[in-house]
Amino acid sequence: MLELKHISFDADGEDGSKEILRDVNLTIDERMVVITGPNGSGKSTLAKIIAGIVKPTEGQILLDSEDITDLSITERARKGVSFAFQQPVRFKGITVFDLITIASGKRLSVSEACNYLSEVGLCARDYVNREVNASLSGGELKRIEIATMLARGTKLSIFDEPVAGIDLWSFQNLIRVFEKMHEDIQGSILIISHQERILENADKIVVLADGEIRAIGSKEEIMPELMASSSVCSRLVNKV
Amino acid sequence: MAMDLIQKRLLREVAGLHEMPEGAYNIRSDGQLAGRNTTANIDIVTKTDKPGIDIYIKDGTKNESMHIPVIIEKSGLQDLVYNDFFIGDDCDVTIVAGCGINNCGTQESRHDGIHSFFVGKNSRVKYIEKHYGEGDGRGTNVMNPTTIVELGEGSYMEMETTQIKGIDSTIRNTEAKCADGAQLVITEKIMTHGSQYAETNFTVDLDGVDSSANVISRSVAREESRQMFNSNIRGNNKCAGHSECDAIIMDSAYVGARPEIVANSVDASLIHEAAIGKIAGDQLIKLMTLGLTEQEAEEQIVNGFLK
Repeated sequence: MLELKHISFDADGEDGSKEILRDVNLTIDERMVVITGPNGSGKSTLAKIIAGIVKPTEGQILLDSEDITDLSITERARKGVSFAFQQPVRFKGITVFDLITIASGKRLSVSEACNYLSEVGLCARDYVNREVNASLSGGELKRIEIATMLARGTKLSIFDEPVAGIDLWSFQNLIRVFEKMHEDIQGSILIISHQERILENADKIVVLADGEIRAIGSKEEIMPELMASSSVCSRLVNKV
Repeated sequence: MAMDLIQKRLLREVAGLHEMPEGAYNIRSDGQLAGRNTTANIDIVTKTDKPGIDIYIKDGTKNESMHIPVIIEKSGLQDLVYNDFFIGDDCDVTIVAGCGINNCGTQESRHDGIHSFFVGKNSRVKYIEKHYGEGDGRGTNVMNPTTIVELGEGSYMEMETTQIKGIDSTIRNTEAKCADGAQLVITEKIMTHGSQYAETNFTVDLDGVDSSANVISRSVAREESRQMFNSNIRGNNKCAGHSECDAIIMDSAYVGARPEIVANSVDASLIHEAAIGKIAGDQLIKLMTLGLTEQEAEEQIVNGFLK
């Protein structure tokens, strides 16, 4: 279980300090929790704070009751936090096999690595020895990123906008991957997304706007209000 | 030849050899001949006018390999050697050269190898060159290899050069000329550290119709080391040339890149690319989210880059 207590974050900009997140309190223990909200609401920053990439200005983060606020990215990763980037990183010379092996934290056989790639709909034989470089499309990189999350198999998996750029691979497959992850690990999946289809699969929805939590609840509680307007964003803007 | 442990280690590093190799070889140790073998198709003759050897590879020689490692253990040895390769027509051969220096003394050990390749028509040559230095003394290890290549019609040469640490100073000159339909591919990998200096100069003349050259350099400069990459591809006919220099700079290192392309023909198609930068922060962060420490992530990125 992940607990965020009174998390605030101020970013230093050219024109002084800007408040990005304000007193965020949240517990994540469900199968799938989705954080949504308009652009600039602080969603991605919150995800990075959980992974340790960004340090909060104030507040406390607990993972299974242990205070991890001051732990590094590496230490959190080793304690069971995984993070899938919105824009996956490219590496010259590091192959898909290398990346999946590093993610798994153990020596993998090629066939084991291929299994993870097959799960995300990539023909493993074509990809396993390719470099994770600019020769791969955005959609391919995104799926490889998800395959590394499968190889990690941690109790908390954070996905920042996983749907964007998933090209021809179907959305249903992505949901199936999330379900399988949960079945295998019994952990929690935290997703940052605008997508209505992702929200429909959530066990808990968190609405963030202007750095504050505006609503938390089940999809039955939150979706009607969000959908009453033609778009999530305009509805949230109207509320502000 | 009975080899000591240091000689064996140097040979393993520069030529991947555990024992005396199969096929033709010529081993030079501390400026002296330490072993030679010729085959029915590959002959090796000691030069009479200057130090070095002439290697004659007969027309039609296929799937043969040749090793010419040089090892230096004597601190302060200044070794200059000329090796000329005369490769016939329709050959397919692999040549492994390399120099390993173990300098435990305080003087400069130096090896300047001048290798010339005269490649006949429609031959394929793979040339692998590896430089390695070690030593616990204060003596410096210096290597200045010069490679001269003349590719005949329809021939293909792939040259791989690697220098990972250990060499304090190197100036590497490579000059090539390609005849009609000849193709040259050069891959260079360099890592420098400490106060090392590495300079590479590639000059390629694409003289023939449909000749091509691809020069690819990847390097990592750490600590106080300095690197300079110069390349000049001249398109003198209908041809294709490409050079790519990609460097990671770390710590207080210095890296320069001057890729030059010159077209002397309207049908020459030439491209150069050069990039120098530090390891991207998001690359480190990504690997750290997979459980690596920052240092492990850095090693992984560097090793992958030079793989």
